[in-house]
Amino acid sequence: MTTQTTAPKTSGGVAGDGSTGLIGIPAHLGRALATGGGLLTVVSTFLAWTWTAEFPGDLTVYGYPGGLQVLVLIAGALTTLLGLASYGVRGLGWLVPAGADAALKFAALSAFATTWYTVIAISAQLGGLVNLEPGAYVAAAATLVAFLGALALPFERPEPDPFDPDDTGWEQFKHTSGNNWQTVKAAFASGTPRTLRPLPSYVEILIIVAVLAVALLVFTYGIGTEYDELFVGFLITAGLGFAALNKAGLIAQATQITSRHTNITVCGAFIAAACFPFTQTDDQYATLGVYILIFATVALGLNIVVGLAGLLDLGYVAFLGVGAYAASMVSGSPSSPFDLHLPFWAAVLVGAAASLVFGVLIGAPTLRLRGDYLAIVTLGFGEIFRITANNLDGTSGPDVTNGSNGISSIPDLNVLGFDLGVQHDIGGFTIGRFANYFFLMLIITAVVVLVFRRSGDSRIGRAWVAIREDETAALAMGINGFRVKLIAFAVGATLAGLAGTVQAHVTYTVTPEQYLFAGTTPPNSAFLLAAVVLGGMGTIAGPLIGASLLFLIPNKLQFLGDYQLFAFGLALVLLMRFRPEGLIANRRNKLEFHEEAEAPTTLSKTGA
Amino acid sequence: MTALLEVEDLRVAYGKIEAVKGISFKVDAGEVVTLIGTNGAGKTTTLRTLSGLLKPVGGQIKFGGKSLKKVPAHQIVSMGLAHSPEGRHIFPRMTIEDNLRLGAFLRSDRAGIEKDIQRAYDLFPILGERRKQAAGTLSGGEQQMLAMGRALMSQPKLLMLDEPSMGLSPIMMQKIMQTIAELKSQGTTILLVEQNAQAALSLADHGHVMEVGSIVLSGSGRELLHDESVRKAYLGED
Ligand SMILES: Nc1ncnc2c1ncn2[C@@H]1O[C@H](COP(=O)(O)OP(=O)(O)OP(=O)(O)O)[C@@H](O)[C@H]1O
Ligand SMILES: [Mg+2]
Repeated sequence: MTTQTTAPKTSGGVAGDGSTGLIGIPAHLGRALATGGGLLTVVSTFLAWTWTAEFPGDLTVYGYPGGLQVLVLIAGALTTLLGLASYGVRGLGWLVPAGADAALKFAALSAFATTWYTVIAISAQLGGLVNLEPGAYVAAAATLVAFLGALALPFERPEPDPFDPDDTGWEQFKHTSGNNWQTVKAAFASGTPRTLRPLPSYVEILIIVAVLAVALLVFTYGIGTEYDELFVGFLITAGLGFAALNKAGLIAQATQITSRHTNITVCGAFIAAACFPFTQTDDQYATLGVYILIFATVALGLNIVVGLAGLLDLGYVAFLGVGAYAASMVSGSPSSPFDLHLPFWAAVLVGAAASLVFGVLIGAPTLRLRGDYLAIVTLGFGEIFRITANNLDGTSGPDVTNGSNGISSIPDLNVLGFDLGVQHDIGGFTIGRFANYFFLMLIITAVVVLVFRRSGDSRIGRAWVAIREDETAALAMGINGFRVKLIAFAVGATLAGLAGTVQAHVTYTVTPEQYLFAGTTPPNSAFLLAAVVLGGMGTIAGPLIGASLLFLIPNKLQFLGDYQLFAFGLALVLLMRFRPEGLIANRRNKLEFHEEAEAPTTLSKTGA
Repeated sequence: MTALLEVEDLRVAYGKIEAVKGISFKVDAGEVVTLIGTNGAGKTTTLRTLSGLLKPVGGQIKFGGKSLKKVPAHQIVSMGLAHSPEGRHIFPRMTIEDNLRLGAFLRSDRAGIEKDIQRAYDLFPILGERRKQAAGTLSGGEQQMLAMGRALMSQPKLLMLDEPSMGLSPIMMQKIMQTIAELKSQGTTILLVEQNAQAALSLADHGHVMEVGSIVLSGSGRELLHDESVRKAYLGED
């Protein structure tokens, strides 16, 4: 328990010596500009930004913000609140436990970026600045002023590295840019938030409920964005807004609270997720929901293999395929070679068992390999599965999978008399087909989360971590390396198979081309791995968030078209450079990727 | 009475290169036996073979009367042979306490494990003070203490230590040697590999001197300590 609280830096206080802003406006003026600019931004969203409703979202109305204006409104309001908090206004201190200035900078940047993106999008799409109404100019000016004002806020400048006079021009250039980069980083850095004293349980639980509700709201909004511009705006606002809250220290405090009530948080998260279909008026977005859930669940299963046990599996999607094929063959589909229609529970067992067997068959010979070799071999097996499924069509081989046409017309599920294929009315809400499957999939997700949590905390989980960290030492502890790796592999395979059984029914058809190594539509092995790495290895929330983003972004940004994979690659490279531990970091991985915080682990040998 | 560990004509090779060329020695229960020798003599190779990490090409290893030849590494630990490997190999990103717990991976007696963790903290108070800290943040000497404490957690009949004083300051080294003496007085059997011949031999009941894969000299610790050739070769006297 630390009693030391790092005082929030310069929150409203006087700037110390040597701490000036990034740009040369006096600090007090900057603060006023940022706060006032934020307020003006809010006002501007009630004005018309353009004269025609041709730009989606209808930004022509006075007194009623629409589309992107709503996002700007939120970012502007956040800027204003943080600005006021930075003055030390009573009652707002809780907003900024780690200091207000860095958060204010991000909030102002969020408003600025969203607004200017909107203004540029309007001008570009409608052909020129003439299409802007005064409201747009007000908003653009207000956010610019607020952002510049925020940049003028003082911060602790880092000591620049001294020059080496012998450096060549290029080295000097690198050196200067390095120093500048450090300065910019420092300008956006904030202190550690003060530790939150425990609140009464019910307050903490109410806070958790509120956090989850906000999360559901943000997610629902993102999934329901109807046009590209709104989704891009959403990403900008949400991303930078999140950064602002993070710098303010609110995210850290929320994490403290949720980690005190993990069970409640997990249950609450499931309840929030279960609310999602009720927020949707038509089945279209519930469709996205169920696909995201399938993708996310499989990613979480992969996280057991990759994140906990440290086994790089590049063919994981094959296990999803095995489960889906197995379930489809006993589903009563006319193209199945077996004339068999098992009830759902039996189909689930068949699918999971098939994946388990497949996992052990592949794992047993390959898990004796280490590192890169394992990755290559699993990649190969993943492709072998797909090609085999393609060839078992009756001409190249025995007729089992119906080749590239796949197993089609898979009937809808009927669980305990509840037909998942048709609409149901529950308490005034209409629950469509995809929403039905969403609920079913949510149960599977819950199973995977449960397995993940239980195994992570158990003896086997500790053995996985030990093997991952140092295989030699783990063996010396009496851990049967091969066996625990095989268990990880088999558990992962089974969970993917489980998801596959539902997937087969959701998509009606199971074809080999759904289970590629890399493709533009998730799930495929590359995207699954990316979801895990991007989200955060070894965490539960990480792959779920990573998978949601990786599904939504290509799905929403249709204009990326052929550049999807390029953008995906670029994003991954940037992320690995700047946040290698993923969006959600687990404590251990933080140590792993930021070695400067760590002492050397082994000494080099000093011979005698 | 048969010895706790009996090694007979043990041969180990890396590919075609034979690193251990037929050595024989034994360790009785309650004894401290040390292997000393120059770099590359085959000491580490011997220990790794005893704990099942390497497969011998010939010879016999008997532990508690049973042959270890076909026993996989993880079962050797459960038979009571613990190995604190060269270079420590602690789990750097786990806490000290988790490291110790992993040492007791094969045990299921919770109360006993807690007691032994406490014992490790008594033996090395610094570990107790830092129990929630990532092990990688410990100093080299502290990591060595952790490696020893961890090896003890499996309640071994025989503890094999590979160069516990490697890279340590004289003070730290003295502490480690004191601890080994303490363990010995508590009745732990120890097979100690050391570069520091002086310290190891003063402690050991028996010692063996290895050179390029063979044992060239054996005797009680005291005898070897006063042996002319040992003093020349390992204690830096002329
Ligand atoms: N993995 C390996 N592959 C090939 N040769 C090896 C391997 N490990 C060790 N050797 C060789 O086997 C011989 C014995 O090595 P070993 O590590 O057992 O020596 P050592 O007595 O422990 O030396 P030191 O005191 O330096 O630790 C050396 O010649 C070494 O180069
Ligand atoms: Mg050695």
